Amino acid sequence: MLKVLFGRILTTIPALIGVVVVSFLLTRVLPGDTAAYFAGPAATPQAIEEVKKKLGLDRPLPEQFRRYVVDLSHGDLGQSLTTGQPVVADLKARLPASAELTLFGLILSLLIAVPLGILAAVKQGSFIDHACRAIATAGVSLPVFFTGLLLVYLFYFIWQISPAPLGRLDVFASAPPTVTGFYLIDSLLARDWEAFRSSLAQLALPGITLAIFSLAPIARITRASMLAVLSMDFVRTARASGLPARKVVMTYAFRNAMLPVITTLGMVFSFLLGANVLVEKVFAWPGVGSYAVEALIASDFAPVQGFVLAMAILYIALNLMIDLSYRLIDPRLESTT
Amino acid sequence: MDRRKFLKNAGAAAAASGVSAPAVITSAMAQSRAETLLIVSESGPNNLDIHGVGTNVPGYEVSWNCYDRLISHEMKTGPSGQPYYDREKFKPELAEDMNLSKDSVTFKLRKNATFHDGAPVTAKDVKWSLDRAVSVGGFPTFQMKAGSLEKPEQFVVVDDHTIRVDFLRPDRLTIPDLAVIVPCVINSELVKKNATAADPWGLEYTKQNTAGSGAYKVTKWTPGTEVVLERNEAWVSGKKPAIPRIIWRMVPSAGNRRALLERGDADISYDLPNKDFVELKESNKLSIISTPYSNGIQYLGMNVTKAPFDNPKVRQAVAYAVPYQKIMDAALFGLSKPMFGASPGGVKEAVWPQAAPYNTDIAKAKALLAEAGYPNGFETTLSFDLGFAGINEPVCVLVQESLALIGIKTTINKIPGANWRTELNKKEMPLFTNVFSGWLDYPEYFFFWCYDGSNSVFNTMSYKNAEMDKLIAGARATAAAGDKAAYEQNVKGFVDLAFSDVPRIPLFQPYVNIAMQKNVTGYQYWFHRRLDYRALVKA
Repeated sequence: MLKVLFGRILTTIPALIGVVVVSFLLTRVLPGDTAAYFAGPAATPQAIEEVKKKLGLDRPLPEQFRRYVVDLSHGDLGQSLTTGQPVVADLKARLPASAELTLFGLILSLLIAVPLGILAAVKQGSFIDHACRAIATAGVSLPVFFTGLLLVYLFYFIWQISPAPLGRLDVFASAPPTVTGFYLIDSLLARDWEAFRSSLAQLALPGITLAIFSLAPIARITRASMLAVLSMDFVRTARASGLPARKVVMTYAFRNAMLPVITTLGMVFSFLLGANVLVEKVFAWPGVGSYAVEALIASDFAPVQGFVLAMAILYIALNLMIDLSYRLIDPRLESTT
Repeated sequence: MDRRKFLKNAGAAAAASGVSAPAVITSAMAQSRAETLLIVSESGPNNLDIHGVGTNVPGYEVSWNCYDRLISHEMKTGPSGQPYYDREKFKPELAEDMNLSKDSVTFKLRKNATFHDGAPVTAKDVKWSLDRAVSVGGFPTFQMKAGSLEKPEQFVVVDDHTIRVDFLRPDRLTIPDLAVIVPCVINSELVKKNATAADPWGLEYTKQNTAGSGAYKVTKWTPGTEVVLERNEAWVSGKKPAIPRIIWRMVPSAGNRRALLERGDADISYDLPNKDFVELKESNKLSIISTPYSNGIQYLGMNVTKAPFDNPKVRQAVAYAVPYQKIMDAALFGLSKPMFGASPGGVKEAVWPQAAPYNTDIAKAKALLAEAGYPNGFETTLSFDLGFAGINEPVCVLVQESLALIGIKTTINKIPGANWRTELNKKEMPLFTNVFSGWLDYPEYFFFWCYDGSNSVFNTMSYKNAEMDKLIAGARATAAAGDKAAYEQNVKGFVDLAFSDVPRIPLFQPYVNIAMQKNVTGYQYWFHRRLDYRALVKA
């Protein structure tokens, strides 16, 4: 297992190098002149030159790249001009917000989609199967910003049961002491029920928005994979042996149907991080997505590079975890590699 | 706590959050809600110091409220009845007395004024701050120059509480320029302590911290999320502000900002689409105040160095083809001051902005275009800044539609906000729309930046005309000399020339729109168009 893990990590290195190079080059070919933007509305050409010099943008590209890599090796991702803070500090403050939201949405989605998919497969052609299809189609065809705005309109504006869409906490509540950066967990650790309630209430709508969006692929894959497994010989044998239906479906069929679901989950997680950008905008969520977009609009290189790098590392770690979890679910993989 | 109880609590909390969240506000929270003003806006500051490199406009608002200047402006009644800063009348702020002579001005400082950390405000701090403003480069230095404040030698410490500013030349903008945001007074000892060899003016420190003597101080700043300001209880430079705490939250979605206002959760917002403001005004649940930008105009600019816009007849043809009223109705929802349709026969008043003598007259436009040698029109591109697409896009589409009627085919070129300034600086776009507004509300100031042959960045048309330069220089000289009649002559002259030669076509004077809860009063219009928290009252 350890050897596999080590080998896996080794293979991620070229991918990381690629990400560093590509993110550097991509931000350089973006239209827009950072110096002109930050020199302000009243800047003279000399002022713009001065800003350029200050930011090191007047040097040749290879030189800029060398500096970037040297800084990177010290864990320095540069300064954001839009927030005025070091990128590392910004990411550290904002990544937990995005991660909490994405995971919350994903777990919510799993809790609904997996049982729905299983039921749809077991009772194929029934009312629940059609409902599954309808929900999945609706969820995937509604853009997230639309679902988000609609939920805000209904739950906050019309029915008044949801708090104001103002980020992670009520304006007048204070954040729990940081341990994990996840407000739900931190507030529980601190036994701060007020903060827990407030952050859960704030998380509900954006979480539901993301969940609705990711429902479709998970439910569909669960259903398809369950159908395939249920028609296999071992399931027939299990049924013929008189095992209870519940045991057949949950213990034998579902475990075997999980592999494709896990793969899809990895994919869903990655596009949820993308969808996050819009949800964060709608709910004023202080996450990395809205941060990267704002930086992009201002052609502020450092945060964009930092964001791409952080995301790449996250994906790589995620894929690694999925690969490893395959082995846990299906021991046959262990012997073949 | 045992597991069962924990789960029960967690469940109850979840249930509560699902059903009646807004009702579960503790009395402590209600108390702080009454003492707090919640402002929502699209974007927040990137720097708390206006002297910083690339400080954005929201950053100016922090500076205005957290730092004092030597002098400030009195209030008068504005166009829509609300308090409006008085360009002509100054009041002491950090100074208690101002003594103006022919070639200098002397300020006596308040003896009991202190910085947020308790250190007394001395003439030394004032000199250091003004020195910093004229030396750091970039926008602050540029703004100081506009009032002939250029060298550290101009600022002389007379004694601990007296400072003299020497004039380089007679300039009527010098005193007004001391009342803008830039010449703020900074706690020099505190900042010097936090300065480094690479950063002698301590810009890194003041970027994150407010080091002033102003009515408010920033107690928490989460970039891109919120700014929390608390009242400075020791403030002596004016009447004690009514609101103890300000929370300023960034809410990117305009729809949500409106929802927050309508639901009564937010107290103030000022960057909403015009359509929302019109609808909010009609619903009458909030107070909405609209004030025209002082000394600001949105215009259609033409590059006069290249054909076909090098021909004044072509420019006049375009000016007659612009669908002014449609722009007012469909793009702005009436929330702007029209800048067209003045009666012909020359400029009558020496004021700016004022309406140009153009109307939509397609027949006349066609005739002028034929006269200019383009009977069949031509093709060109019309550029705008995507950062302000909400207004720019409908304006450009309407202009495109109307220009097609006289044979001018335009392709619309949308330029991302980050790239807009670079494109403007290149001065290559043939036709574009843009806004210019000046802090100092004087016609010659506007014209110097926008029409003068010195070709500043704001002369986006690259317009050069010796007659124009003479009139602008004349207005500046006569203003400094106090010759009112000659001054007005010059102003009328250059406005007239700007209208007949039309390198840029005035479209409208935009409004600053602000929406507040009915229990919030005391909004004042300032030249910088940001909020002054000191005057706001929440009942």
